[in-house]
Amino acid sequence: MLTKRIIACLDVRDGRVVKGVQFVDIIDAGDPAELAHRHAAAGADEIVLLDITATHEGRGTLLDTVKRTASELFIPFTVGGGIRSAEDAAAVFDAGADKVSINSSAIARPELIGEIGASFGAQAVIVAIDARRAANSSDPVGDAEVYVAGGRKPTGRKVVEWAIEAEQRGAGEILLTSMNTDGMRSGFDCELTALVSQAVQIPVIASGGAGTAAHFAEVFARGKADAALAASIFHFGVTDSRELKAELERAGVPVRLPC
Amino acid sequence: MIQVIDYKAGNLTSVLKALHYLGAETHVTQSSDDVRNATKIVLPGVGHFQATQLLHDLHLTEATREAIARGVPFLGICVGLQWLYEGSTESENTPGLGHFASKCERFPATDNNAELKSPHVGWNSIENIRENARLLRGVTPGSFVYYTHSWRAPLSPDTAASTSYGGAFTGAVERDNVMGVQFHPEKSGETGLRILKNFVEL
Repeated sequence: MLTKRIIACLDVRDGRVVKGVQFVDIIDAGDPAELAHRHAAAGADEIVLLDITATHEGRGTLLDTVKRTASELFIPFTVGGGIRSAEDAAAVFDAGADKVSINSSAIARPELIGEIGASFGAQAVIVAIDARRAANSSDPVGDAEVYVAGGRKPTGRKVVEWAIEAEQRGAGEILLTSMNTDGMRSGFDCELTALVSQAVQIPVIASGGAGTAAHFAEVFARGKADAALAASIFHFGVTDSRELKAELERAGVPVRLPC
Repeated sequence: MIQVIDYKAGNLTSVLKALHYLGAETHVTQSSDDVRNATKIVLPGVGHFQATQLLHDLHLTEATREAIARGVPFLGICVGLQWLYEGSTESENTPGLGHFASKCERFPATDNNAELKSPHVGWNSIENIRENARLLRGVTPGSFVYYTHSWRAPLSPDTAASTSYGGAFTGAVERDNVMGVQFHPEKSGETGLRILKNFVEL
């Protein structure tokens, strides 16, 4: 049976893992390579490394960090942040990534999705969407808006419409982060996740708000997510994938249990 | 020395990294002479079946046939497995090697009246592991491996392990020295490394 994936996310700035709350208040959480291996050993199904400053501060030490993290990591490894061209993507793949996650650059130039897919396959392209509910709308979920540049800039585009376009342009997966719930540890945005998941055929990875195992169970059942991503929940010993998956299995969620 | 065929379908980094980790020596090639004279061949690949057209254009199809007729161990991964069949509905005008009968087909749109998402992405279990399958020696039925694909090969007597998603399909195939896996062993943790090690040690 196809299992629900638990993805450990490492937000990296200047070669160090950091974690913010609602996209600000950055605190240091460790070395990316070391954390990636610890997560893999504990049963994380994938690792995502997001260079959170790359969009506005340049490439920095990203490729070196990717290379170091990818060595001896034998589960799927995604890298995002600052990938603006098929050449940028190629460099990240060469360094050992299996997939790239593109966000601001895909909004700026949607053709990029197909360009990377043409060389590396659709499965290698994740379109990341930072979403904020439309507070003043009568339909805050349906009218949720896409933000770019690390959540600093509204685009005027609706989340669901952009997800559908990304799929049509050849995205392999959607990584949907709710800015309303990110870092709050109070649960994922299940309504928005379900809306996007039902609008596209490709897998949807839910992100933002993980606090307890019950939150994951909820986003798989009610949010219809295919995978869920978490960062802060793992970093400070709140729980690890092993504990999380054991709890999910007890809740009836199909998961890959670590040996 | 393992000849790893590069036909510009996806990146080879992960496959090479895993083979090197297991102590194997590799050589990346597009040369029909290298393939013809190989002692072991790996055909990786992700993406569209049409990419395998390059194998014909580079005269690697005939070279592969000659090598496997000599008993050279061959491992196809993902699209590399699909190429071992007669073809794929993904690209009707691109013939496969035809070593195994039948064609690869797309996942059905529904399963038991429920929508079936495609591509099939994630960790799924391999079941019904054939006892004499050398590639899967030491792998326990129910072990999880990582898949990402929209087309799959049907079950046949050559199926070495099956996986269920919209019905059962061939997760691994093996007849004598010719083997293939639809999943990505280089991305399947300990189970995947075990399978690659089995191949490296043949």
